[in-house]
Amino acid sequence: MIGFRTLFYKELLRFWKVGFQTVAAPVLTTLLYLLVFAQVLGERVTVYGKLPYTAFLVPGLVMMAMLQNAFANSSSSLIQSKVTGNIVFVLLPPLSYVEFFGAYVLAAVVRGLVVGAGVLAATLPFVALPVAHPLWAALFALGGSAILGAMGVLAGIWSEKFDQLAAFQSFVIVPFTFLAGVFYSIHSLPELWQAVSHLNPFFYMIDGFRYGFFGVSDTPPGVSIAVMAAFFAVLTAVTLALLKSGWRLRR
Amino acid sequence: MTAAIDIRGLAKRYGDVQALGGVDLAVRQGEFFGLLGPNGAGKTTLISILAGLARADSGTAAVLGRDVVTQYREARRLLGVVPQELVFDPFFTVRETLRFQSGYFGLARNDAWIDEVMHHLDLTGKADANMRALSGGMKRRVLVAQALVHRPPVIVLDEPTAGVDVELRQGLWQFVRRLNADGHTVVLTTHYLEEAETLCHRIAMLKAGRLVALDTTANLVGRHEALRLRVRFDGEVPAGLRARLADQNGTARTFRLDGYGDVEPVLAALRASGCGVSEIELVQPDLEDVFVQIMHDDARAAQPERALA
Repeated sequence: MIGFRTLFYKELLRFWKVGFQTVAAPVLTTLLYLLVFAQVLGERVTVYGKLPYTAFLVPGLVMMAMLQNAFANSSSSLIQSKVTGNIVFVLLPPLSYVEFFGAYVLAAVVRGLVVGAGVLAATLPFVALPVAHPLWAALFALGGSAILGAMGVLAGIWSEKFDQLAAFQSFVIVPFTFLAGVFYSIHSLPELWQAVSHLNPFFYMIDGFRYGFFGVSDTPPGVSIAVMAAFFAVLTAVTLALLKSGWRLRR
Repeated sequence: MTAAIDIRGLAKRYGDVQALGGVDLAVRQGEFFGLLGPNGAGKTTLISILAGLARADSGTAAVLGRDVVTQYREARRLLGVVPQELVFDPFFTVRETLRFQSGYFGLARNDAWIDEVMHHLDLTGKADANMRALSGGMKRRVLVAQALVHRPPVIVLDEPTAGVDVELRQGLWQFVRRLNADGHTVVLTTHYLEEAETLCHRIAMLKAGRLVALDTTANLVGRHEALRLRVRFDGEVPAGLRARLADQNGTARTFRLDGYGDVEPVLAALRASGCGVSEIELVQPDLEDVFVQIMHDDARAAQPERALA
């Protein structure tokens, strides 16, 4: 347990020491999205009947920021350690695979939640946001960050160079989050694209998180959380198996 | 007594390169053991497998009886490795680095020992400096300290003095010697053969992934084949001695001897052929001579003895 706690704490300290870049910067970026979209569409569009677009947008942006930052935390920590070689510091000690995985994922969750809370706090003065089911919102925030934290571990193990990780981020993480309904309700999409959206696991995270605020969603929250749990279970199983095999970490 | 390190039939291939071709080796508890060989001989591969940083294709490795794969947690707790590459984590200070390393090994309150290690490695003044701000030699000291935070009974140093100034080298060896005297087993790889000769009780030599020598330092240095007799004389080298001729520089000739017993017959042969001998010098080999000879002389390379457990 001490090994796990230490690695977790070290991962927290790693992003906290450069908090300007890992917390403040993503909060600012997200606020810029909000500013631009709210300015362009805020007055003209309503969602779920009477919900103003700006209010609709906030939970989506918060979730997107949480997901992207959770992913960034574990993946960039691992790739930096691999490229610079200091990964040996965590490969030499008797850390178990589960401790290793758990510490990176949990630190990613914390980074995601801190960034999400930052965005939410910064929007509070400008946007009136109801909170229908805070526990659901918290559950989806946790679940989404954990899934992306685990994906970050997987991507960090897989990539051997910074550009491979950047490609994973640009061609997988960003498109999947963008197209998961951050900026729109999928009910506004043609039927085919509604169906396709249901294949995107990120959709359930954003839709469920939004349910926590508005009490309305495209998919029942119970279904969404079940899909996420299944996805997380598969990810965890795959990542633990890779860690155990030593793939791309132990030659 | 269980061997500190027990390696059996260890083989590892990277693509077309046979990094290790079936190595058997046992290091006894309390030994100061040298692992020598040219670049690419397989030293680092062997250490990597021992440390769990690489997986062997076949064979086994154990630290104090704990298999490094099936009992990896116990094996790693017993082993401290100073890696060859000068790696560091730029996010943290020296003390943070050491505390984290200690925690990874399950030790939560370890500051007294951390302070002691820092003191011996002359790092105390840099405890709160960021790793980025340290010189290469200082970073190397931190690597050594990191390997020692959990007081491992078996310590492996992979070229710890590469690119390190004389002062640190001496300080480092003093500390490592003390650890050895306290009962820690020390395994060392180095390119400084003089260092190995002074420090190590026993030495193994690797070449192209194979063990080509394994003996006590004294026996290796006293190897008969490495003994030379340098004689200056006029005239031709007698026919009977030509096979022994190792080197010729003007009238100074060097003969290869199989042992001290050969000195007299060689001189007798020179006397018999009427050569006027003007200078005689018996050249004692040092470890470097033995090393060069073993590495360049495949055919004469000794069959490795199976190490005693």
